[in-house]
Amino acid sequence: MSAPTEPTPGTAVSPRALARKRRAEALGRFARDYARNRAGLFGLASLLTIGVLALTAPLFVDQAHLTITGAPGDGHQPPSAEFPLGTDNFGRSILDLIIWGARVSLTVGLLATFVSVTLGTLAGITAGHFGSSGGVGGRVVSSVIMRVTDWFLVLPTLVLAVALAAVLPRGTGTIVLAIGLTVWPPTARLVRAQTLAVEARPYVERARALGGGHAHVMGWHVLPNVMPVVLAQTTLLVATSIIAESTLAFLGMGDPTTISWGGILQAARTSGAISAGIWWYIVPPGLAIAVVALSFTLCGRAVESVINPRLRGGAG
Amino acid sequence: MSGLLDVRDLRVTYATGGGGIPAVRGVNLSLDRGDTLGVAGESGSGKSTVALALLRLLPSTARVTGDVLLEGENVLEMKWGRLRAVRWVGASVVFQGAMHSLNPVKRIGDQVAEPLLLHRTVKPDRVGARVTELLEQVGLPASRAQDHPHRLSGGQRQRVMIAMALACEPRLIIADEATTALDVMIQAQILALLRGLVEETGIGMLMISHDLSVLAATCDRVAVMYAGRIVEEGPARDVVHRPAHPYASALSAAFPKIGDPASRLAPRGLPGDPPDPADPPSGCVFRPRCAVAESVCATVDPPLWPVHSGADGHADRHAACVHVGPGSPSKESESVDPTGETSTEETSR
Amino acid sequence: MTTTPIEADGPDGAGAGELPAPAPPGGGHRARRVITYVFGRLMTAVVSLFAVIVAGFFLFRILPGDPVRAMTEGREVTAEQRAELRRQFGLDQPLWRQFLDYAEGLLHLDLGVSFQYREPVVDLILERLGPTILLAGTGTVIAALLGLFLGSRAGWNPGGRGDRVNTAVALFFWSVPTFWLGLLLIVLLASGRGFMPGLFPTGGMVDPGLTGPLERALSTAQHMVLPVTTMVAVVYAQYLMIMRSSLMDEKGADYLTTARAKGLRDVLVRRRHAVPNALLPTVTLIFLNLGQVVSGVILVETVFSWPGLGQLFYSGLEVPDLGLVQGLFVVFAASVILMNLLADLVYPLLDPRVRP
Repeated sequence: MSAPTEPTPGTAVSPRALARKRRAEALGRFARDYARNRAGLFGLASLLTIGVLALTAPLFVDQAHLTITGAPGDGHQPPSAEFPLGTDNFGRSILDLIIWGARVSLTVGLLATFVSVTLGTLAGITAGHFGSSGGVGGRVVSSVIMRVTDWFLVLPTLVLAVALAAVLPRGTGTIVLAIGLTVWPPTARLVRAQTLAVEARPYVERARALGGGHAHVMGWHVLPNVMPVVLAQTTLLVATSIIAESTLAFLGMGDPTTISWGGILQAARTSGAISAGIWWYIVPPGLAIAVVALSFTLCGRAVESVINPRLRGGAG
Repeated sequence: MSGLLDVRDLRVTYATGGGGIPAVRGVNLSLDRGDTLGVAGESGSGKSTVALALLRLLPSTARVTGDVLLEGENVLEMKWGRLRAVRWVGASVVFQGAMHSLNPVKRIGDQVAEPLLLHRTVKPDRVGARVTELLEQVGLPASRAQDHPHRLSGGQRQRVMIAMALACEPRLIIADEATTALDVMIQAQILALLRGLVEETGIGMLMISHDLSVLAATCDRVAVMYAGRIVEEGPARDVVHRPAHPYASALSAAFPKIGDPASRLAPRGLPGDPPDPADPPSGCVFRPRCAVAESVCATVDPPLWPVHSGADGHADRHAACVHVGPGSPSKESESVDPTGETSTEETSR
Repeated sequence: MTTTPIEADGPDGAGAGELPAPAPPGGGHRARRVITYVFGRLMTAVVSLFAVIVAGFFLFRILPGDPVRAMTEGREVTAEQRAELRRQFGLDQPLWRQFLDYAEGLLHLDLGVSFQYREPVVDLILERLGPTILLAGTGTVIAALLGLFLGSRAGWNPGGRGDRVNTAVALFFWSVPTFWLGLLLIVLLASGRGFMPGLFPTGGMVDPGLTGPLERALSTAQHMVLPVTTMVAVVYAQYLMIMRSSLMDEKGADYLTTARAKGLRDVLVRRRHAVPNALLPTVTLIFLNLGQVVSGVILVETVFSWPGLGQLFYSGLEVPDLGLVQGLFVVFAASVILMNLLADLVYPLLDPRVRP
């Protein structure tokens, strides 16, 4: 807690500037701690690379070549100079498909994470806040929320997500919803625990004593303090969501008009590439999923260990 | 002159990111068979670190130097196999069993029997009988062997810890805050039990406590530790009733009666906190809290001087304070330091 | 598909908090406490089951709007056929009537009729239950043993070389989609293309034409190698991470110092004292994660054409055969709830501290 001691000569420093400065310092400290985690840096670098590739894909991938009719090569060509990762059964370049597929896979993964983190944070903060300071009614609300959370936690997530995807109209939105609605419970539990810890702090009690309403306490005091945990959880959840997306696509629940990594694998399977041993059709999409999921996981663990040094048992 | 236990210039330093944090800074202790030695001090004075260091039970981040001679054999230089053989047979420990020193998922009987089987103290078919014998020795019914620790009260658990410590008939028992978490009545019972054991079996006991009155009631001699060093050492009665070191007098004033947990962290009437071991004050480390400190105390870190108490001139007692040193306190130049402790100033920056 | 982030949920978040408080020494009305505890667990399970039943109804009867349209999408069906289907499935009745019929059917273990197979769903499920239990059971047991063993090694010496290698491998397998690992194994070890001979069958459970029981058993074992490997690879990582963090929590415990002071060697301190304590929260979490095993079974059976419930589920999705999918949904969810109930009832036997 070293107070910044650089008084600007003549002018008094405004509180807002001070707050901004403190925030910048905290961010700098976070970045320094994070940079010390080698695995986390690796994850971040690989995510940045993949993100840039996905964003700029339209610049170097000819979309006409991605249609079945406009395929540039013959079917099932092994890797060559022209097609570094070979071609699929229609003669499309698998490298192009992978790069294009990153767009859908990442988008769905991020959106589904957003849905589930929002849901989980909302449920967690509500349950935690009213459980500790909502009187009898609050405790009822809180325990109902936690019961529902536990129920969702125990259910087989995939079955639930597949069921949702099966009964809702087919499309990317459905996939986002199916994943988002099923993977939130761990976030809710985590946020609830953190909320309870924050609510026990003296300044929150002071805010309550001064007449701060529920919304004020939750939004102004609890939420900012819960955010670091949520950030780590979010990063880990993206990995889960991306794997879930590919799984749903593989089970045929995806939008058949878009190209995603799971969809490529499903196409490979239905076209008989597996038993024919067309490895270049199978290996790259799965590897792409694994690399992205692993990168997000590494980033999430790095963030977690920066926030909570107790976990730093064996982080590189 | 090898007694039962001879500790010479024991130092323990915990490795941290930057440098080492000294927890024990040159401690000498000695103990004979049938004797009881008490070590007193606040939390963080290093007394428990000493206890754990005697059997090398400290975590691997701790660096231990000096000599720990147990019946003439240096524990710090033993091979692992020899060390394991000495543990519990040469010396056993009574931990603060009221807390978490017993394994919560194992039956009492199995935990008491474990060292018997491990060190082959008795024949396997005699183990059950021996466990019964041990439990009865500490006043517990044999049926308790079938229970798990959580079904026992704090005092009963402490008795189990003692029974366990006696299992292999060790020559030395180290009692580390053995009565701290217990209420006064139980505490008195446990102390009587320990005293009786020393008298009956002639083992040596090293008793560690923050509570000087407990030590006064149990021990022949007492050493008072502060910030990793012994500041006063002598016969229990003298140290408790006529302390020579200002810290020892503060500590003894703090415990008018046995067992007052409120005084555990800071002895009553003593202002301030113990020094930060990573950044100790210059000169005498007790100076910032000392009521009788003088200017000289800021520069001299006094070693243990003999206290000339009796008329016969025989010094049975030592204290590390300029007020007990030979001559006047103004003698500040060369401090002969028998513990080899160089001035702490070098570690302060 | 793995969904619970590893290490995210400590033992305190795992429902362990609902276990009865430690009994005071000497305890009095023990029988009554046991009954209260068991009754409480049973009620929780019943409420959860009821919620599953309602969810099943909601998901498959209300959410799709018109289930018949959803089922016959992309097929040529006349209006009469639609009406006939509707009558057959009871969809012409009011909603509350439908729900009552559905719930009453469940009480008689009637899960409805499969649209695709034209058979009661229960019969289809019973037919395929055996293979699924064989596959899931073998996979889970191996994964648990492997995960717990490696996790106890890694957590005892966190940051050491063994820990880093184990954690890295576990994280990799955790990040890999289950089905892709299965596909890869088929391409590599079963397709017979490339440099590897086809060591294992690409799918199924028994080679057709075998009659002797020994022959059939051997053939089944051979068919199981790849699916079980896939399941183990994906599931063991979670167990490893759970055991690792649970042991790391246990590492500083005082009773371990006692064990060391007794003269036990490090291996025995770990095996006799630390691991039994660390296992308790781990067991709870393992049962809590059984839903993941169900997910794994569905994918593995789909990839390897294993004739079990997972493959049945997949075949129901393809049509889509909502009656079948609904029945399986209820069965999968109920089995996980029942397993958790079992865990709740067994746990106090393992942990003396929470024995009622």
